[in-house]
Amino acid sequence: MATPLRLTFWTRAVQAGALAIAVCFSLGATDAGSRFNDLGHRLMCTCGCAQLLGECNHVGCPESGRERNELSAAIAAGKTDREILAAFSAKYGATVLAAPTTQGFDLLAWIAPFAVFAAALLGTVLLVRRWSVSKKQAAPQLSDPATDALKQKIRRETGSDGGF
Amino acid sequence: MAAFGSFALLIALALAAYNLLAGALALRLIATGQSARISPERLADTARRAGIAGFAAVTAAAFALIWSVFTNDFSIAYILEHSNRALPGAYKFSALWSGQEGSLLLWAWLLGAYGFVLRLTHKTDVKLYAYAGTILAAIQVFFLLILCFSAPPFALVQGAIPDDGNGLNPLLQYPEMVIHPPMLYLGYVGFSVPFAFALGALMMRYPGEKWIKVTRIWTMVTWLFLTCGIFLGMHWAYAVLGWGGYWGWDPVENASFMPWLTGTAFLHSVMMQEKKGMMKSWNVWLIFSTFLLTLLGTLLTRAGLVSSVHAFAQSSIGTWFVVFMGIVLAVCIFTYILQRSHLQSEHNLESLVSRESSFLFNNLVLLTACFVILWGTLFPILSEYVVGNKVTVGAPFYNRVAVPIGLFLLFLTGVGPLLPWRATSFKSIQRNFVLPVVVLWATVIVCLAAGVRPWKDGAIDTGNFYALVAFAVGAAVLAAILSEFLRGAGVIAKQTKRNLLASTWLLTRRNTRRYGGYIVHIGVVVIVIGLAGSAFNRSVESEMALHDKIAIGPYTLENVGATQDSNLNYNTEYAQLDVYKNGKKQFQMTPEKRVYLASQQPQTMVAIHSVPSWDLYVVYEGTNPDTQQPIIKAFLNPLVGWIWAGLVVLVFGTLVALVPSVKPAAQKGGQ
Repeated sequence: MATPLRLTFWTRAVQAGALAIAVCFSLGATDAGSRFNDLGHRLMCTCGCAQLLGECNHVGCPESGRERNELSAAIAAGKTDREILAAFSAKYGATVLAAPTTQGFDLLAWIAPFAVFAAALLGTVLLVRRWSVSKKQAAPQLSDPATDALKQKIRRETGSDGGF
Repeated sequence: MAAFGSFALLIALALAAYNLLAGALALRLIATGQSARISPERLADTARRAGIAGFAAVTAAAFALIWSVFTNDFSIAYILEHSNRALPGAYKFSALWSGQEGSLLLWAWLLGAYGFVLRLTHKTDVKLYAYAGTILAAIQVFFLLILCFSAPPFALVQGAIPDDGNGLNPLLQYPEMVIHPPMLYLGYVGFSVPFAFALGALMMRYPGEKWIKVTRIWTMVTWLFLTCGIFLGMHWAYAVLGWGGYWGWDPVENASFMPWLTGTAFLHSVMMQEKKGMMKSWNVWLIFSTFLLTLLGTLLTRAGLVSSVHAFAQSSIGTWFVVFMGIVLAVCIFTYILQRSHLQSEHNLESLVSRESSFLFNNLVLLTACFVILWGTLFPILSEYVVGNKVTVGAPFYNRVAVPIGLFLLFLTGVGPLLPWRATSFKSIQRNFVLPVVVLWATVIVCLAAGVRPWKDGAIDTGNFYALVAFAVGAAVLAAILSEFLRGAGVIAKQTKRNLLASTWLLTRRNTRRYGGYIVHIGVVVIVIGLAGSAFNRSVESEMALHDKIAIGPYTLENVGATQDSNLNYNTEYAQLDVYKNGKKQFQMTPEKRVYLASQQPQTMVAIHSVPSWDLYVVYEGTNPDTQQPIIKAFLNPLVGWIWAGLVVLVFGTLVALVPSVKPAAQKGGQ
C-alpha cells in the first residue's frame, strides 16, 4: 500500500512543479524598458552585420538607429509583441526576426529538436528494457565462462588501464 | 618562390596518390594472400615512406608561402590580398590561414604532420597503422587536388604588380588570431586520424580492443586542441568584436561545436566498449560522424551556404566538399554493412539506472545537442528550399532549445559517476545522492537570498531562471565529484597514513583517466557557472563630453580626454576614462578605435578590467559626427573570468587523463 501512495505523491508533486513552471513561462515582460530589451533581442539588425538589434554596436549603422526608433514608437503606441514582430517582418522580410515564428513551416524548426530527442529517449528506454528482459530469460545459456574469461583477459591485456 | 611552391604541391599530390594506391594494393594482397612480384610488406613500406616524403613536400609548399609573405612578393595573388608591407611579423605569419587557399594549405600541412607522426610510430601495430596511413593518404589526395586545381595558393597576379598589398583583415590582427585558427585546425584535421583508425580497424576486422585505445588517445589530443581552439575563438570574439559577448551562434561557430559534441560523446561511450565490449557500432559511427561533421563545417565555412560573420572565408569549393563527403559516407556505409558482424556487442545493458545507461543517456543528450545545432544551422536553407522563404535562426532559438539540453547534460555529468556499473539499488542511490541534493537546494536558497530571482516585475525571467538552475546543478555536480575524490582519498589515507592532499594526488595517479575525467567535469562546471553569469550582464551607452560621467554597477567612468597614435599599420584614437569605485580612483581604461591604413577599415579594441566577480568591458565606438563627442559603451559582465579559468581546469584534467596511471607494482614499490 505504501508504494502507490508514495508514487501518487511524487507524481502530483512533479505535476504541480511542471504547472508552476509552465505558468511562469507563459507570462510576458511588462514595462516598456524590458519590452524594448526583450524585443530588441528578438529582432536582427538589417545592415548585414548578423547581430541582434539590441546588440548592434556600429557607430553610424544605417539601419539599427531607425529600427530602434520604430521599435520604441511601436511599444509606445501600445502594440502587442506579436503585432510589432509582424510589422517588422512585413517591412523588412522574415529574416529580420532572430528566430523562426511558431506558425506554418517555421513551427517545424521548434518541434523537430524536441521530437527527435523524445523519439531517441523513448527508443533508448525501450531498447534497454528489451535487453534487460531478454537477458533475464536467456542468461544461463548465453554465458560461457571460458570464453568470458578469455575475453576479459584479452581486454585487460590490450585495452584500457581503468576508465570510469 | 611561386613556382617552387606550386611544384612542391604537385610532388606532394603525386606522393600522396602513390601512398594511397600502393598502400591499398599492398593491403589487398595481404588480405587475400595473393602472391606478387614484390612482397606486399615491402610495397606497404614504400607507401609509408611516400607519406613521409609527402609531408616534406607540403612543408616545402607552406614554407614557400610564408617566405613569400615575409618577402612581400605581391606577384602572388594570395599575398597581395592578405598582406602588406607594414603588417607586423606575427600577423604576416598568420596570413597563412587568413584566406581560403592558405587555410587549405594549413589543413594539408597539419594532415601531413599527423600522418608523419603516425607513420613514424607504425611499429606499434604495423598492419593497423598501414590501413590508417592509407586512409589518411586518401584524405590528403583530396585536399591536394583542391590546392593544385581549384584553390591554388601560388596563383599569380594578372597584369601589373602593385607596390603594396591590401593588408590583412583588421579583425584578424589580434594576438589570439595567431593561435586560434591553428588550434581549431589541429582539432578539425586531427579527427581524420581517429577516423582513419576506426575505418581501418573495421576494414581489417581488427581483433580485440587495442585499436580503440589508440583511437581514444588520438581523439583526446584532438579534442583538446579543438576545445582550446573554440575557447580562443570565444575570447577573440569577446575582445575584438565589441558587442560584449563571446558566442553568437554564428554558423561557423556552430560548425566547430558540432564535431566537438560528437567527439565528446565518443570519449564517453568508448569506455563502454573498453570495459564491456558494448556499443561497438555506435562508437564507429560516432567517429565517422565526427569526421563528416568536420568536413560539413568546412563546407559551411567555405561554400557560403549560410550567411555568417566569417564571410572572409567564403569561396566556390563547396562542390568538391559535397562530392568528397558523399564518397566518404558511401565508403563508411559500405564498410559497415560488409563488416557489421564484427561489431556485435558482447553484453547488453541490464538496468536503466546504471553507469552504462548514464553513458548512453549522456550520448543521447550530446547527439541531440548536435542535432539541434545542425538543424538550426541548416534550417534557413531548408526553409528557402521548401517554402521559398529564408528565415534567420539566431541566438533566441538556440537559447530556448539548446540551453535546457545543456543544463540536462550538466545534470547527467553529476549523476553518471555516482551510479555503479551494471545495476544499482535504491539504498545506493540514497547514499550517493543525499549530499548533492542537499547542496543543490542550499545553493538555490543562497542564490535567492543573494538576489538571483527567476522572476522580474511579476513575470518569469528566463535568463535568471536558467542561471539559477545552472548555479544549483553546478554546485550539486561539484559536490558529487568532490565527494568521489574524498571517498577514494579517505580510503588511501587510511591505508597509507598519508594526509588527504597526498592521498588525493596518489588516488589521481592510480587512475588518471577516471580522476582526470572528473577534473574535466569540474572545469565544465566552472565554465557553465561563467556562462550563466551572462544572464546578469548590464550595459550603458553614452556620448561623453570632457569630464562627463557614466555609472555602471559599483563603477563610475569619467571621460578625462582622448589621445591619438599612429604607426605604419594603423592610426589609433584612444578614449581616456578614469574609473572610480566608492569615490576613489582605481585605474584608467583606454579603449581604442583603429583605422587600418592598407584597407581603410575601422576596428575597435576593447578595454577590459577583469576580476573574479565580473569584467568591466568598455568599448570606444567612435565619435558622433555631429558633435564630435566620443561614444562610449560600458558593460558589466559577471563571471566571465570563470569561463577562461574553467578552460584551464579542463585542459589540466585532459592532460592528467592522458598520462598513464601508476601501475600496481609501482605503487607497492613507492609505498
